[in-house]
Order: sequence, then C-alpha cells, then structure tokens
Amino acid sequence: MPAGTLYRGREGMWSWVAHRVTGVLIFFFLFVHVLDTALVRVSPEAYDTVVATYKTPIVALLEYGLVAAILFHALNGLRVIAVDFWLQGARYQKQMLWTVVAVWVVLMIGALYPVLGHAVRELFGS
Amino acid sequence: MSTSESTASGIGPVEGASLYSVDNPAPVIEPPRKRTRKSPKSTRGNFEMAAWLFMRLSGVVLVVLVIGHLLIQLVLDGGVSKIGFAFVAGRWASPFWQVWDLLMLWLAMLHGANGLRTVINDYAERANTRLWLKGLLYTATVFTILLGTLVIFTFDPNIR
Repeated sequence: MPAGTLYRGREGMWSWVAHRVTGVLIFFFLFVHVLDTALVRVSPEAYDTVVATYKTPIVALLEYGLVAAILFHALNGLRVIAVDFWLQGARYQKQMLWTVVAVWVVLMIGALYPVLGHAVRELFGS
Repeated sequence: MSTSESTASGIGPVEGASLYSVDNPAPVIEPPRKRTRKSPKSTRGNFEMAAWLFMRLSGVVLVVLVIGHLLIQLVLDGGVSKIGFAFVAGRWASPFWQVWDLLMLWLAMLHGANGLRTVINDYAERANTRLWLKGLLYTATVFTILLGTLVIFTFDPNIR
C-alpha cells in the first residue's frame, strides 16, 4: 500500500465511527429486548426464567457495556444536533466531543455500582 | 495571504478596478440548472431530508425516554435484581408507563432502522445485496414494532 493514502481522521471521524458502531449494537440489543419482553404474554415463569439470565455476573458486564454504548450514542447525538443546528456548532465540534467524553466518563463511574454491584456481591459474597 | 488588500467589490489589486458599479451593474446570469415551467417534474421527494430531520427529533426524545428507562430498570431500587413479571405488571398498570414504553418502542425502532438503512447503503456495494439486507431489515423492524405494540396493549397481569 502506498504510504500516506489512507485517510485517518481526527476527533470528527472517530466520533462518527463510534456513533455508528454503538448505534448498530444498540439496535441489535433492542431487537432481542423486545423479544424477551414479549415473553410476558407467554407466562410469568417463562419471563422470569429469561430475565434471570440478565442477573448473572457475565450478562451484568454486558449490561454495563450496553449502558456505555447508549450513553455515548445519546451524548454524541446531542453533539451532532448542536453541530447541525447551532451556528457555532462546527467551530466547537472538538471541544464538544471532549465534553461528551468527560460527561460519559463521569456517568460511567456513577453507573459502576448500580449496574455491577450485585454481580460483585454474587461473585465474592456480601 | 494579503486578503485584506482586496477592495469592497471583491476584486483584488491585480485585476484592477471593477468594470461595474451600482449605476452600471453586471449582467445577471441565469443559474444553469434553475427549474422552469418547461423542465420536467422532479421525481424525487424529500424523503432523505425528512429522514435526516426525524433522526434528530426522535433522538432528542429518545435521550429522555431511554435514560429514564435505564435509571428505572438498572439503577434505582436494586437495579436489575428487582425485575420480574410482578415488576412489569406493576409498571404497566399505569397508562403513563404504557405510553412511555410504546413511544420508546416506536421511536427507537424507527430511529434504529433508519440508521441501519444508512449503514447498509454505505457498505453494501452490490444492488442485490442492498435489496436483500434492507428487505431483511424492514421485515424485522415491522415484526418487532407490531409484536411490541401487541404485548403492551394486550398485557394481562392475571395471565395465570
């Protein structure tokens, strides 16, 4: 491959990539989530059995990943709206991305105990 | 880079003075692709613009609906541990949460389906591949929206 022909963008491109990847992941989860919720029309036992898997430590880790994807997609989506509709949006897109990342990190630290606490208690005892 | 030297007419010092002024304006040139009464009717609607706008409008609403949903289901009151049939029955006893979940289902599915439509259009290079992937996408979307709507409207807490 000739040197220097592969486009590697900066904050703008990578946030666009992350927005796509998280969006596709969330959509696939949403599809599964509607199916599992539909089990309430089958029987309480069927629903509770499937929801029990959501409470296992491994799936709790996946839930933390889901929260990470949703929070990034939501915050960066607000940034995209600001870039499109705010007159100064394009000028401040980088600063807004780092704001998004900072808020995301804070929220992810806040979600640590509520989402993963029960898994830690189950693995290491209370 | 001495753009500050250009005159008010937009013509730099190299080109010299402008031929035109307020009293002697330049002739108007008709835009080459301007639609006139003679040009054929456009066959394209504004679908892509509507889809673009929908992504932004539904996105703002979904931020509120989904983050509220995550708070209730995963954070407050014991997180995921409390979820079960009884918890669902308790929430869907209220029309407020039924409407919340119904709106979230429709907006999220349409938002996600439009996002995946864009991704398919971007990466599937053969026309046939695009056709099949989008056919699958639209089938799954319609199925999921109808199933979810049916579940919310026909939920029966005394199923047993």
